[in-house]
Amino acid sequence: MKQINLFMAFLRVGLLGYGGGPAAIPLIQKEVVERYGWIEEEELSDILAIGNTLPGPIATKMAGYIGFRIAGVIGMINALVASVIPTVALLIFVLFSLASFREYEWVQGMTRGVLPVVAVMLGVLTWGFIKKSTADFGWLRVMFLVILSVITLQLLGVHPAILIVGLILYVFIKPEKRKGSEKAGETS
Amino acid sequence: MIYWHIFLAFFIPNIVGYGGGPALIPLVEHEVVHNYGWMTVDEFAEVLALGNALPGPIATKMAGFVGFEQAGVLGAVVALFATIAPSLILMLVLMGVLMKFKDSPKVKKLSAIVRPAIAVLLGLMTYRFAFSSLSDNGWIHTIFLLGASYFLMEVRKVHPAFVITAALVYGAIFLA
Repeated sequence: MKQINLFMAFLRVGLLGYGGGPAAIPLIQKEVVERYGWIEEEELSDILAIGNTLPGPIATKMAGYIGFRIAGVIGMINALVASVIPTVALLIFVLFSLASFREYEWVQGMTRGVLPVVAVMLGVLTWGFIKKSTADFGWLRVMFLVILSVITLQLLGVHPAILIVGLILYVFIKPEKRKGSEKAGETS
Repeated sequence: MIYWHIFLAFFIPNIVGYGGGPALIPLVEHEVVHNYGWMTVDEFAEVLALGNALPGPIATKMAGFVGFEQAGVLGAVVALFATIAPSLILMLVLMGVLMKFKDSPKVKKLSAIVRPAIAVLLGLMTYRFAFSSLSDNGWIHTIFLLGASYFLMEVRKVHPAFVITAALVYGAIFLA
């Protein structure tokens, strides 16, 4: 019974979550905390915080970990399948149906019509990332990081993964300044 | 060999991609379009558009579709495994250790320092898609569609699924 409930819970999360993984978080909270009471509110926010310290999509880390916590390895696979497979199958079905009409002019027109919309979505996303960054670092340092990234990625043709690993290493290697002011929050 | 390439194409973006699914989009595009040449910019835009019009996490939808298109069901499984498994396994194994670090300022800084680089990757992708539309559709259609979709999604807050559907219909009628 638990496995069926787990499957249904994450199926609903997958099918109702518009706007990518982060949009699924409140839905996961509704299912596992409010509806079934499998996990306490505080534990869920811990899981979310820890999920954010790791790279990769957040929705699958949440589904996999919560499934494992509630019902072991089978629960983990169950929750992952429920949240991922139906939507993947749907996308494959839609794109392959479109592709089978590829030779028609109007289908090619559809592909072209969607380009500017995706450009706007990505543009808005870009601006969101920039604005969030300036809240962290201020305009000056963000401009520096942006110019550094443009040079390495676009002019030098460095693989994006190498740039990101470089930035991560920098955070760990850089000696901590202003230790006194941060110490209060660090020790527990 | 194809399975190994599919694994790498999704493993690398997911192991360095801080900031959730949307941050992975430009990294996956780099592998799928530029590194392996499995898709053109236009085809990738179509996957993204329809992926955004459908529910569920975007990272796994992209992975499942690309894997399936390249190498069938097994290809989809490999791509999904590479997307989901590495960070999930880290999370399961290191839960206790990670618990200690979740409030550490250095760990919090990780996604912050990666963010401007992701912004640049997203910005470059925006430029490529807009430029591709310009050469496919010309100035007038491109500017109209850019303006209309910005107005609908950002000013009127219309759900993206409706805007994408409208753009598909517009394309079928006026851009054919």
